[in-house]
Amino acid sequence: MNAPVNPKKLIKGGLHDWEVVIGMEIHAQVTSRSKLFSGASTAFGAEPNDNVSLVDAAMPGMLPVINEECVAQAVRTGLGLKAKINLRSVFDRKNYFYPDLPQGYQISQYKDPIVGEGEVLVDLPDGESITVGIERLHLEQDAGKSLHDQNPTQSFVDLNRSGVALMEIVSRPDLRSSEEARAYVTKLRTILRYLGTCDGDMEKGSLRADVNVSVRKPGDPLGTRCEIKNVNSIRFIGQAIETEARRQIAIIEDGGTIDQETRLFDPGKGETRSMRSKEEAHDYRYFPDPDLLPLEFDQAYVDRLAEGLPELPDAKKARFVSAFGLSAYDAGVLVAERASADYYEAVARGRDGKAAANWVINELFGRLNKEGKGIEETPVSADQLGEVVDLIGEGVISGKIAKDLFEIVWTEGGSPREIVETRGMKQVTDTGAIEAAVDEIIAKNPDKVAQAKEKPTLLGWFVGQTMKATGGKANPAAVNALLKAKLGIA
Amino acid sequence: MTELNELTLAEARDGLKAKTFSARELTQAHITAVEKARALNAYLLETPERALAMAEVSDAKIARGEGRPLEGLPLGIKDLFCTHGVVTTAGSKILEGFEPHYESAVTHNLWRDGAVMLGKLNLDEFAMGSSNETSAYGNVISPWRRRENGALSETPIVPGGSSGGSAAAVAARLCLGATATDTGGSIRQPAAFTGTVGIKPTYGRCSRWGTVAFASSLDQAGPIARTVRDCAILLGSMAGPDARDTTCADLPVPDFEAAVSRGVKGLTIGIPKEYRVEGMPAEIQKLWDEGARWLEAAGARIVEISLPHTRYALPAYYIVAPAEASSNLARYDGVRYGLRVPGKDIAGMYENTRAAGFGREVKRRIMIGTYVLSAGYYDAYYVRAQKIRTLIKRDFEQAYAAGVDAILTPATPSSAFGIGEKASADPVEMYLNDVFTVTVNMAGLPGIAVPAGLDAQGLPLGLQLIGRPFDEETLFATAQVIEEAAGRTKLPGAWWA
Repeated sequence: MNAPVNPKKLIKGGLHDWEVVIGMEIHAQVTSRSKLFSGASTAFGAEPNDNVSLVDAAMPGMLPVINEECVAQAVRTGLGLKAKINLRSVFDRKNYFYPDLPQGYQISQYKDPIVGEGEVLVDLPDGESITVGIERLHLEQDAGKSLHDQNPTQSFVDLNRSGVALMEIVSRPDLRSSEEARAYVTKLRTILRYLGTCDGDMEKGSLRADVNVSVRKPGDPLGTRCEIKNVNSIRFIGQAIETEARRQIAIIEDGGTIDQETRLFDPGKGETRSMRSKEEAHDYRYFPDPDLLPLEFDQAYVDRLAEGLPELPDAKKARFVSAFGLSAYDAGVLVAERASADYYEAVARGRDGKAAANWVINELFGRLNKEGKGIEETPVSADQLGEVVDLIGEGVISGKIAKDLFEIVWTEGGSPREIVETRGMKQVTDTGAIEAAVDEIIAKNPDKVAQAKEKPTLLGWFVGQTMKATGGKANPAAVNALLKAKLGIA
Repeated sequence: MTELNELTLAEARDGLKAKTFSARELTQAHITAVEKARALNAYLLETPERALAMAEVSDAKIARGEGRPLEGLPLGIKDLFCTHGVVTTAGSKILEGFEPHYESAVTHNLWRDGAVMLGKLNLDEFAMGSSNETSAYGNVISPWRRRENGALSETPIVPGGSSGGSAAAVAARLCLGATATDTGGSIRQPAAFTGTVGIKPTYGRCSRWGTVAFASSLDQAGPIARTVRDCAILLGSMAGPDARDTTCADLPVPDFEAAVSRGVKGLTIGIPKEYRVEGMPAEIQKLWDEGARWLEAAGARIVEISLPHTRYALPAYYIVAPAEASSNLARYDGVRYGLRVPGKDIAGMYENTRAAGFGREVKRRIMIGTYVLSAGYYDAYYVRAQKIRTLIKRDFEQAYAAGVDAILTPATPSSAFGIGEKASADPVEMYLNDVFTVTVNMAGLPGIAVPAGLDAQGLPLGLQLIGRPFDEETLFATAQVIEEAAGRTKLPGAWWA
């Protein structure tokens, strides 16, 4: 916790610099067909109270039965976080009253979680990486949803989410800036999506964060923290941390002290506000749920799940760097989504990996971003893009023509090789044809020819004219060589 | 001819099979008896039409030679078991009018085997009580009366609790047998108070699915009936694995009825010295000694054993059970079903609903349970109580490991008391009723109460047998010997009818 302080991460206060210390509790909805302790569906978007079993509604005498798929998903996630898997864990009841909590308690794991300590390697935009400690991961039930906008005098309750499995992933307070926090959540989300254990869809609430923020002078012990509840986008996580850290700094610099409390972030007003103080904190009266036996499995079960895990982003990134000669940055961009990485690999297979990466990242991702599309919606398949890269590699088209070709494939589809053929987009490598064009330009522009001898950078103008004259199809290397010889530029 | 409702369940079963009478006749005899006995307040809800419809199905099955194990046998159901389309209240105002859309596993098993439902039986509210006086729908009155100067006293007597309606109904011939539940003695104590037989099977023998929960780690369903054999027959149908209750054992159900006549030759029966509690009436000690002699005469070996942590059982029980209850009863919040009393906001609605919906004893236990689980007290109370529970369990394990097959104790420290006699006293005095029974729940063991005689006032007294886990068979065999030796207790006449 007292790692060397990076001065770049400090926040400037009125009096001196402050270090912000952040820990996070991420609630990730487990990808599973049915709920954690009932057979009701987890499908999103159903009519209110359509996906509610007798257990979810806490009817008298109903009992929870653990969904084994949720257990497997939690173990897979633990393995993905390089964490200790606890072969014996216990479900506890967390008792409190709330209309969307039908049982009057949430079944969670308190003292004995299913997953213990692990870690996440987080790459930062400046190329640095940090390791964030994971304290634990436990399984718990989600609550339902109160609807306050359906009736002027009453609130309604939708129990579709009631009992859906969540993984609460608790980090150590290892994060030192909003940027690190955002990068951590982004990376965690990537890992979960790779594992297929959580879809990471923050808009649907599949991933929510409780953010613990405190500030201190560098080198001091930890300050008093405030917990910002239920932040539901990566951007808001960053904003909430910045806002909260500045609020705390202002209080301390004014001679005040921070009260430990739970706060809410209001993105509209750009402020955090108190939800409840430490004194108002619930006494959850945790105790082992007597309806459920301790959750026990053997190492062989864990090993079987481990064998079935996909290659995870860190390993994939390292492999892309070593096998395809990519920069760490490019590899990182490509592995951020499993689908992107798969796409890239399909393009790169048997081709120049760097050229493939350039095309995937610059052209394809650029174009997808512009249109607000995901990789799953790309109109250009990996095979098509691979053919474009091949055509460049074979010298059939120039890079410039390739961009036009990409555009045609994007909008019209079709085989890139056939398009090049039928639309006469082939690069002119015939020196005779290029020479004729060059000669004509030199003949028409004697003044420029004279200047070029004094100012060799004018070569570019000649290259441009030649390309224009050949409809962009001339091989740029051949044009350069010819012009240099004819203009007498060394 | 004997009235049909006077028959034992086994006799009625055999009579139906022999077509001596029809299920409809048997059921009608019970319906009539139930109607005449409303003064006892044993039934909260009578379902005569349903009963007759079920009896007709049974008669058709019997006619086709397709009779099932409990075909046509009319039973009463403790109102803690959820019954599909039949109001289930748990004896509480908070569930007044609650109609489940599901059938509890135990009652489902009974209907599967052909039994007939006469109605829902009164109980202490949420099964919390030892006298049936905490029911929100009025106390049950025992069919038994004290004998004073050779005449029956007018003083109404409690049937015990929490399964007081079940015990009273069985004793008064208002059903052939009844379902009951036992968290700290709620089957065995009322059985002992009413001269009936009641078995709490091993924890996990019967599914808890669909039974309103009191204390999940202690609750267990079982039957109350007039004979050991009848209990064995009923438990054979009630028990069985259920994937919907993860604490329910995945074990086949033995032929309990076959075990009834096994005898006790060669068995070792333990007499725990710690159960000789201070202030125990001499009559009870005498009965206990007599029970041991009966078993010895039948070929059992009697040994004194020690269960040293017995004296901590009651205080530990009154921490564990309320702790679980405080959480189990949180769902009765007025939001989704049951009583709702409006308030100015959500907290007000909760407070008004629960204040109006729960009775004093339930509130007391919720408060105790909330207290013992709260921050700063959890380790001092709940954790220590769990440690005691482990020690109690180990006491029994050691006794069984030393060769004891079953343990004989009194079922209760006294015979039944008068209504109101203890209700206003220190609640601990009421809790002391469970002193011999709670250890069995704490250890998850099977325990049976069997009538062994009457006290000087003419009220029934019972003995308890405690068995190894999942060895109810030995309990049936041993209890049968006591039943035969003691002779079946005879009611002093149907004064209520």
